[in-house]
Amino acid sequence: VKCRRCKAPAVFEMRRHNAAFCADCFLRHCRDQVAKAIEQFDMIRPGERVLVAVSGGKDSLGLWDLLTDMGYEADGLYLGLGIGEYSDASRDCTVRFAEERGLKLVEVDIPTEFGFDIPTAAQVTRRVPCSACGLSKRHLFNKAAVDGGYDVVATGHNLDDEAAVLFGNVLRWQTEYLGRQLPVLPGVHGFARKVKPLVRLGERDLAAYCVLRGIDYQLDECPNAVGNRHLGFKEALNAVEDRSPGTKHAFYFEFLDKASDRFRPEAEAEQEGLRPCAGCAEPTVAELCAFCALVARVAP
Amino acid sequence: VKVLLRNPRRELDVPGPIRVHSLLEKLDINRESVLVIRGDTLVTGDALLEDSDSVEVRPVISGGAQ
Repeated sequence: VKCRRCKAPAVFEMRRHNAAFCADCFLRHCRDQVAKAIEQFDMIRPGERVLVAVSGGKDSLGLWDLLTDMGYEADGLYLGLGIGEYSDASRDCTVRFAEERGLKLVEVDIPTEFGFDIPTAAQVTRRVPCSACGLSKRHLFNKAAVDGGYDVVATGHNLDDEAAVLFGNVLRWQTEYLGRQLPVLPGVHGFARKVKPLVRLGERDLAAYCVLRGIDYQLDECPNAVGNRHLGFKEALNAVEDRSPGTKHAFYFEFLDKASDRFRPEAEAEQEGLRPCAGCAEPTVAELCAFCALVARVAP
Repeated sequence: VKVLLRNPRRELDVPGPIRVHSLLEKLDINRESVLVIRGDTLVTGDALLEDSDSVEVRPVISGGAQ
């Protein structure tokens, strides 16, 4: 197989583009796709400061590498979740990546600062760990961005993540979620703008990018995520993709193009009645935001 | 061919020569969900692996709920 651009021997095939690339042309392709997403959805404007939410995995470290390589002023934010050896190894990968490149890393350790860890939060609330983890991340990413004066929070959600979430939301017709599943959430009502610059790249692309860039990322799966519903959706979509390359891309981007607007009123209705959280002042529809309510319950 | 698999980590010996896509079929692995790595680079599906080769089959699917 030869590279589509330069005809050198290829190292990576992208079936959804019916193309193969050598290492150099593939890295360029990744940068082009991120640049295209940023421009297409007006994600980051010139001169803006970006906070990249980094976990030590391939997507977030790949994103941080891409953004800094493309000239953006991007610092990292690492959240300590207290998930045993998995968190220790994830932090090691993140700190090493930042040190080797001389990048600024902001760290927030949930057990130290808030007195609980994710496994304990799951036990107390009797919900899946991903629930407490997700809401803590959303809250603390935003808080760190607002506190640090950043314009934008960038996360490593890729095409596979977005297609899997869309698939889950469509299977149950969760219309309020469909209305706000966008690659950019504007910075309004006390929230920093949230952007997903990797939506045009799949997770296989990100893993390949990291291998070819020599990025040493956390290879182990989060012990709490094993067997969760989100991973099941990804496997189902990959089974379709294998027979019909390009399906994931079409599913997500055609949704944005043709259907997303139809669900916008429901998402906007949810935004009405927002008021400051009694605990942290972040906008919420209840007296306490979901994170402050979690802290009150888990670490009173 | 020495084949390193992950999650859980284990090693297999598969007789070569064998093409990468045949190896993945033999192991019943969906090619969309892994990378095949030889040394510090990647190999495409048509690459021929010899008996003396060592490769890693690395899963790429990750993530919890958002």
